[in-house]
Amino acid sequence: MSNVLRDWQSSAALVLALLSIVLPLTDAGSVGLKAVLVLLVITAAVAAIAVRAGLLLVVILFVGAHLAAWLLLQSLGGKTGMAGPSYYFLLAAAWLLAWRLVTVLSALKIDNRAGDLAIRLGIPLLFGIWVLILWEAIVRGAGVPFVLLPPPSAIAARIAGSVSTLAADVNQTIVKAVLIGYALGCTAGFAAAILADRFGFLRRGLLPIGNMVSALPIIGVAPIMVMWFGFDWPSKAAVVVIMTFFPMLVNTVTGLAASGHMERDLMRTYAAGYWQTLASLRLPAAMPFIFNALKINSTLALIGAIVAEFFGTPVVGMGFRISTEVGRMNIDMVWAEIAVAALAGSVFYGVIALLERVVTFWHPSIRGG
Amino acid sequence: MTGLGDRFIPVMTILLGIVAAWYIGAYALNAPFQRGLNERAGETPGFVEFVGQTMSQPKPTLPAPHQVAVNFFENTFLRSVTSARSLVYHAWVTLSSTLLGFAFGTVLGIAIAVGIVHVLALDRSLMPWIIASQTIPILALAPMIIVVLAAVGITGLLPKALISTYLSFFPVAVGMVKGLRSPEAINLDLMRTYNASKAETFWKLRLPASVPFLFASMKVAIAASLVGAIVGELPTGAAAGIGAKLLNGSYYSQTIDMFSALVAGSIVAALLVTAVGATGRVVERAMGARPA
Repeated sequence: MSNVLRDWQSSAALVLALLSIVLPLTDAGSVGLKAVLVLLVITAAVAAIAVRAGLLLVVILFVGAHLAAWLLLQSLGGKTGMAGPSYYFLLAAAWLLAWRLVTVLSALKIDNRAGDLAIRLGIPLLFGIWVLILWEAIVRGAGVPFVLLPPPSAIAARIAGSVSTLAADVNQTIVKAVLIGYALGCTAGFAAAILADRFGFLRRGLLPIGNMVSALPIIGVAPIMVMWFGFDWPSKAAVVVIMTFFPMLVNTVTGLAASGHMERDLMRTYAAGYWQTLASLRLPAAMPFIFNALKINSTLALIGAIVAEFFGTPVVGMGFRISTEVGRMNIDMVWAEIAVAALAGSVFYGVIALLERVVTFWHPSIRGG
Repeated sequence: MTGLGDRFIPVMTILLGIVAAWYIGAYALNAPFQRGLNERAGETPGFVEFVGQTMSQPKPTLPAPHQVAVNFFENTFLRSVTSARSLVYHAWVTLSSTLLGFAFGTVLGIAIAVGIVHVLALDRSLMPWIIASQTIPILALAPMIIVVLAAVGITGLLPKALISTYLSFFPVAVGMVKGLRSPEAINLDLMRTYNASKAETFWKLRLPASVPFLFASMKVAIAASLVGAIVGELPTGAAAGIGAKLLNGSYYSQTIDMFSALVAGSIVAALLVTAVGATGRVVERAMGARPA
């Protein structure tokens, strides 16, 4: 009995599956498919309750949840808005099994590094997959209008079907505007921070201003930049430069103050000059702060470039595509663009995070992890 | 006050430098247009007069600071606050959706943080996605969210507030996770020796310990929330709000209007961040924190 209570997800899934025996699956669904589904969920739930832990439980839950989800999507058979009550019951049951799976995986202790890493990556991946499954199943099951929210499968089809358009947009927005603006803005912020560090007067003046500007809605300069630099990518790069400058400045100045007195005194006993101390002690010590700024800036840069395109662009670019396709009610294209932007943003962030691990290998947060 | 000499003078010097650079920039950017104008009119003004002309164009490339100041003053203090030209009116529209979104975002962020701290499965599965969620340029989604919500009949404040919510929940969630985990092992052990339940530990130890983190992240969140509200106003057909004012300005090349809208947005941002900071200090003092 205690097993039933402890594993409440599987128990609830079992109840839902039993309930759905009496209710219709879809308006025109086959009885055979439903019987298979119900049996599958019941078997998986009972097995999950019976098996206490271990690899077998993981396999049972994984197969049960995902096979059930796949069968449910098959049961719609290309029609939308036909789902009956037991469709949702079984979907919820499958989702509960997946939840149980994540709980079991989280509690799992694995000694070897590779297995641990696989679980660390696998859990969020499962979560993401289930967001997509629920999205697909509910949108198609309930027949949500396509212009409101297209199912992920339609978005994937759209991405596959318009690779060349997407590539042109990425080239215009990310390769030109974001990367160039990011490089310029971060370099300028870094240079200003070194200057501010060299001259204390400048630091005391710039730091409060920099802190305040970081809180301002800088994105508002976008229309002005478009007016000054024209419709093409330089105006977007200019917005990115302004947006990335201040976080870099503030973080680098803070980071340069991070090295301890002892270390600085040691450098003095070595008779090291300002630039020598900077290069061999203070800049390395500031690296965690600088990478923090680089990470913040990677998302800011993407946002800045895309929003700036709302104020005027040539007929290519991610922001341009999003705003025009919304107008034409091609919502799947908008989602495709967003998926690409999210992917690009994650890759951008990931590359910087990887670089950080290489450069600041000595930092406790990386040594410990 | 040692702070005066240490901070006030350098800050003021830099600010003056910025204003001076702004004036020079205004001259440099506006001069070509003015020169062309004078050539066509057949006028040859002296240098001082010419400088004066570059500073008083109705639609300059870069308006001089005093032009912006005058425009800002007129539209803030000299108009009735219900007028569509009043910056107070537009700032209020933006402020209301900012605050609503900020409230949603803070509640959502705290809820997520509480879940993450207490449920291991959530910690493992949700945390990476929260970080990934911010790499999605949500501001790019803003027009679609607004259009789609308008299609199902939700218009007005809520769609804009939702964009603010999305931007502001993240700093709160991350800060609160840190804050709720900030009690040291020795304090948690003490709670265990008291035989405190999970709920009691939460209310009496974790939550009070997280308050400084909460206010620090709320400062970031409210600034993000304002940005969300401004961008959310762009696709609404430029009806009202600071973002709408910016878009209108860019349609009609009203640079002075755009700059004063920016100034208004900046003032709102500064006020909001200051207000959150002040509330934080009051709350912390009331909870017995020593003023730093």
